[in-house]
Amino acid sequence: MLIMAFRIALRALARNKLRSFLTMLGIMQEQIASLGTNLLVILPGTVTLGGARSGSGGRQSLIPADARAIMNEIPVVAGASPVLRQGQQVIVGDQNWGTSIQGVAPEFQQIRDWQVREGRFINQADVDSTAKVALVGETVAYNLFGEDDPVGAVIRIKKVPFRIIGILGAKGQSGNGTDQDDVVMVPYTSMMKLVMGVTYIQQIIVAAVSADTTQEASTQIAALLRQRHKIRPGADDDFTIRNLSDIAEAASNSATVMAVLLGSIASVSLIVGGIGIMNIMLVSVTERTREIGIRMAVGARGRDIMLQFIVEAVVMAASGGVIGILVGIGSSNLIKYLAALPTLIRPEIIAISFLVSGSVGVFFGFYPARKASKLDPIDALRYE
Amino acid sequence: MASEPQQEFDQAPAIQKSPPVADRSETVIRIRDLHKIYKMGDVEVHALRGIHLTIQRGEFVAVMGASGSGKSTIMNILGCLDRPTSGSYFLEGQDVSALSADEWAHIRNRRIGFVFQGFNLLQRTSAVENVELPMMYNGVSAKERRARALRVLELVGLAERCHHLPNQLSGGQQQRVAIARSLVNQPSLILADEPTGNLDTKTSEEIMVLFQNLNGQEGITIVLVTHEPDIAAYAKRRIVFRDGLIISDSAGEAAAAP
Repeated sequence: MLIMAFRIALRALARNKLRSFLTMLGIMQEQIASLGTNLLVILPGTVTLGGARSGSGGRQSLIPADARAIMNEIPVVAGASPVLRQGQQVIVGDQNWGTSIQGVAPEFQQIRDWQVREGRFINQADVDSTAKVALVGETVAYNLFGEDDPVGAVIRIKKVPFRIIGILGAKGQSGNGTDQDDVVMVPYTSMMKLVMGVTYIQQIIVAAVSADTTQEASTQIAALLRQRHKIRPGADDDFTIRNLSDIAEAASNSATVMAVLLGSIASVSLIVGGIGIMNIMLVSVTERTREIGIRMAVGARGRDIMLQFIVEAVVMAASGGVIGILVGIGSSNLIKYLAALPTLIRPEIIAISFLVSGSVGVFFGFYPARKASKLDPIDALRYE
Repeated sequence: MASEPQQEFDQAPAIQKSPPVADRSETVIRIRDLHKIYKMGDVEVHALRGIHLTIQRGEFVAVMGASGSGKSTIMNILGCLDRPTSGSYFLEGQDVSALSADEWAHIRNRRIGFVFQGFNLLQRTSAVENVELPMMYNGVSAKERRARALRVLELVGLAERCHHLPNQLSGGQQQRVAIARSLVNQPSLILADEPTGNLDTKTSEEIMVLFQNLNGQEGITIVLVTHEPDIAAYAKRRIVFRDGLIISDSAGEAAAAP
């Protein structure tokens, strides 16, 4: 008789489409890509000229020696690398490509977890000798060399020839959508002297030994840099330390807000959907009063009728849930590919949404089912 | 046919709380001093004013009377759909007027078959599935449901149309499906409420002949309500109601005793 109830219920299902769509909102969960949480970025401070303050990094207060001092003198620092960036046109033969040139130290590879697909990364000897060597990212390699092997080839940056010593492993897009593989890396010394012609560095990227020690590292770096830059007590820092875990936290906070928002929409949708089910079941009970009368006349007890209608409601709700889950998985994948937002489908969320939609059926199906079971068979049989 | 396979059905697992097994004596219905009073606001309608009635196994009884005579009320009470205000109703020796709603459902399922004026088949449900319906509520296996449904459909002469939907059948055929449904649980009693009311004369005759055969050949007890003397003529015994009392009974049983 359960099977019978199921079959009858499936016929009624086609009437209900809205809820399915709404339920899916409950299962989409956003997940922010993992930014290293043990990373610190040190930027030069601002310059105030005639009341106008430059943005962060306006000063030229950081030098390579600061990076070395941080690495050597602070035990909780695992690595530190000067970083300089500039957009430049890279030329090979008759090809050229505008990309971001980054001047870095050997430690940079480990700090930002870069893979080298072919060749090698920049080493200390390159840095010491201001070597004209470069690594290219996937995007640059493809655009300048196509299918050819770029290692060993020579590229020109600001007319200076650099020999390619390696290809960086692909990293894909970053959280904000920029292509991390559209990059050329050179030793920071070469960047300073040959490309930018400067004596300062733009930032220092630091990795603490663990996520727990990031705050401690930040404090010690601040103290060390104040001492090195001879800043008197009470005076402002001429640098800014930015904790990348703060950024990750902010991102994850916004993801939480998003999840709560979607969750609220989903809950409202479930209630709306549930009331929809209740409405349809009430209409169904009225429409099928005669059927109920017939069933009672041939021996259905009140609880048999009640079970039938609850099963119908649960089948409807759970089917809506399944459709919602499928649409949710589909659109989650669509978002992943179209909008390049990282999305995650969690099995437990799917299980929960299925259970929740089933429970909605029980909850909102109960009243109509009870109403059906309380009908008087004489009246129900006479109902037109 | 009416008595011998009953035991097997009584063992069906779906109903845990069986009423005490009735003694399947020769007296199917015994009613004593039955009253039914409907309250409609302040007005009391005395639908039955003290009915005495005994029906034996194998009888074919026509209950006649004008509308408002109490014949529908007595049918509802006989069918365990309505409760008398006072008096007693014994079905196969068991006092059923005091049973609970669930016990009544059980009795309707096993011991009473209903045939209605409007057929009351489930729409969009095939003839054989309609006949299977009563067995949905007493735990008969799907295979046996189908076998028994086909058997009774054959008995009413509809075997070849068992997969038709009600709206693909004529009125007479629909009523035959309904009769098959009333028979499928081997009831002690068939209650037919104006079964020919929606049928033309020729089809009415066919249905009445079917009832006669079921009564004569299968020994099934039938109580039939009608207001047409032509239809009542098919029954072996005729009872006439007027104003809540039995005013005539062809079996010669004592008429109204106020």
